[in-house]
Amino acid sequence: MQDLIQHLINGLSLGSIYALIALGYTMVYGVLQLINFAHSDIYMMGAFASYYVSRWFNFEAHPGIVTLCMALLASMTACALIGVAVERFAYRPLRGSPKINILITAIGVSLFLQFGAQLIFGPNPKAFPTLIEDVALIETEFIVLKSLEVTVFVITLLALGVLHFLVYKTKFGKSMRAVSHNINTASVLGINVNKVIVLTFIVGSALAGVGSVLVGLKYPKIEPLMGVMIGLKGFVAAVFGGIGNMTGAVIGAMIMGLSEEFVVAYLSSTLRDALAFGLLIGILIWKPSGLLGKNTVEKV
Amino acid sequence: MKFLVSFLLSLSLVSLTACTKNTNELVIGEFASLTGNEATFGQSTNKGIRMALDEINAAGGIKGKKVKLITYDNQGKNDEVASVVKRLITQDKVLAIIGEVASARSEVAAHIAQQYKVPMISPSSTSPKVTAVGDYIFRVCFIDPFQGKVMAKFMIEHLKLKKVAILRDVKNQYSVGLADVFSKEVTSRGGEVLTDVSYQGEDVDFKAQLTQIKSKNPEAIFIPGYYGEVALITNQARQLGIKSVFLGGDGWDSNDLVKNSKKAANGSYYSNHYSTESTDPKVQDFIQKYKGKYSEVPDAMAALGYDAAKIMTAAMERVTEMTPEQIKNEIAKTKDFPGVTGNITLNDQRDAVKSAVVVQIADDARKFIINIAP
Repeated sequence: MQDLIQHLINGLSLGSIYALIALGYTMVYGVLQLINFAHSDIYMMGAFASYYVSRWFNFEAHPGIVTLCMALLASMTACALIGVAVERFAYRPLRGSPKINILITAIGVSLFLQFGAQLIFGPNPKAFPTLIEDVALIETEFIVLKSLEVTVFVITLLALGVLHFLVYKTKFGKSMRAVSHNINTASVLGINVNKVIVLTFIVGSALAGVGSVLVGLKYPKIEPLMGVMIGLKGFVAAVFGGIGNMTGAVIGAMIMGLSEEFVVAYLSSTLRDALAFGLLIGILIWKPSGLLGKNTVEKV
Repeated sequence: MKFLVSFLLSLSLVSLTACTKNTNELVIGEFASLTGNEATFGQSTNKGIRMALDEINAAGGIKGKKVKLITYDNQGKNDEVASVVKRLITQDKVLAIIGEVASARSEVAAHIAQQYKVPMISPSSTSPKVTAVGDYIFRVCFIDPFQGKVMAKFMIEHLKLKKVAILRDVKNQYSVGLADVFSKEVTSRGGEVLTDVSYQGEDVDFKAQLTQIKSKNPEAIFIPGYYGEVALITNQARQLGIKSVFLGGDGWDSNDLVKNSKKAANGSYYSNHYSTESTDPKVQDFIQKYKGKYSEVPDAMAALGYDAAKIMTAAMERVTEMTPEQIKNEIAKTKDFPGVTGNITLNDQRDAVKSAVVVQIADDARKFIINIAP
């Protein structure tokens, strides 16, 4: 039982990673009611961007907070650019067409990025550079708490806070909510809908960029299909918490991380993925709009 | 009219030469994980095979004919194997097949090769199930029941450690087979398996399992996986403050292991097919030539690929008629073949009976520790 605390730490740190991905899904869904399946692959692209930038500038030679920030910046920029490109060339031409068309396009973009990356970067896993020394903050016989785990957790909460501020306290947030409410009315009222949507993609994708660097540091193996499983888990977490709801996404992700950890620790590793999707099915039956999701009433 | 006739004549001549060119070559097929999670396995094996065939061709080929190798990449995916192996057999009409390292993938291919009656040599698949598929399937390496025993014996007699934890990849036939044998052997030698937990091939987070292992406080952890996951596992284990010795099998043999584990794999031991520190002139000669050709130290997969190709071509040299069936019969007769990875004799199960070495990882070097005979 002494390892319970260690399992809690591991679970929360895994949950934080899922949360960063889940937030991106939830942001785009909140505004466009579109599940951006390419999100997890934008995240993968971010990992490769920071990998190559770190190699060009030889970041590994001087690990520290500065190099970490530079890598984060590189990855966020790359992700934001790809996010905008995907929106501009894949989703915008289809805006107004049936939801299912955009959904299928999203899957297409996702596959395009995955296999495009295999062509460009090659399918071999690459070792992500150590950008910052991972020191033990607490180290007893039973518990080890690493600085990286704390960093990931803090960044996740910080991201949630910033997003909350952005959406509920700024003018941009107000227009976002207006677009989310009714895209046509918003544009009639003089809101630049395209600008709002592009900015939403920038913010969501930049978050994926942050996530990709943190994951690269935590699990130093990156490959073109690295986004698939983590993206699915992040998506499940977003739906579980109530898609469109940011706090819900983070809570959902934490529950996912913790329950996965405990299932693997006390039952069996084969149940890990079964649990994630079991949770999804359960919540969809019990509360289809997710933990914190709003119940929408179909207007007749 | 005259023009047309001469045109047709020249056309038929061209096609004739094309035909004769084909019969002047003996085609061997290879399927390998040139890319993907176990990319170094496929690349090293391929380099070993190519070096062997280049030597054969430089010495005049087999019965005056050059040997041609066709290699297809299966990206390290089990479901790609079936299509590339079928393509080798039905489209490229290969005489024989060499391939794979991963046992699960070799087994898929073995069923197809057996069905089409094309001889296949696996250079380094150690699961017994591979050659059990049928009489056309061979291997030039030892098998897991032996490898598992070697590591158990080494841990208890040489390292004098008794308490061990096992972390196996439940999706990987090689890993499961090796873990089972190791576990049984440790118990029968008076050791104790404190816990036996599992992960799945493509996982990246192993902290739940490792935390559980840590609470049992084992002296050693046996991780019979492939180097891709082992790198992450050893790295995360050290992060959690686990100080146990790591032990593994031949699936660890890759130059990427130390780099990807951020040096956490240093000091670990694993069983392997040959040691680069061997004083055997045959081995040193091979290493020198390989370094000259590819400017890197050959790992065991390269050495086994080389041996597999040499055994294959030696069998082709002995046949009276170049048919897959005769090649199969001649491979089966392989006895005391002086390979880089030891003297190779194929037994009734079409497996090689050879000794294993245990090596210790020290950055790019693999220190030779002990040789264990069957």
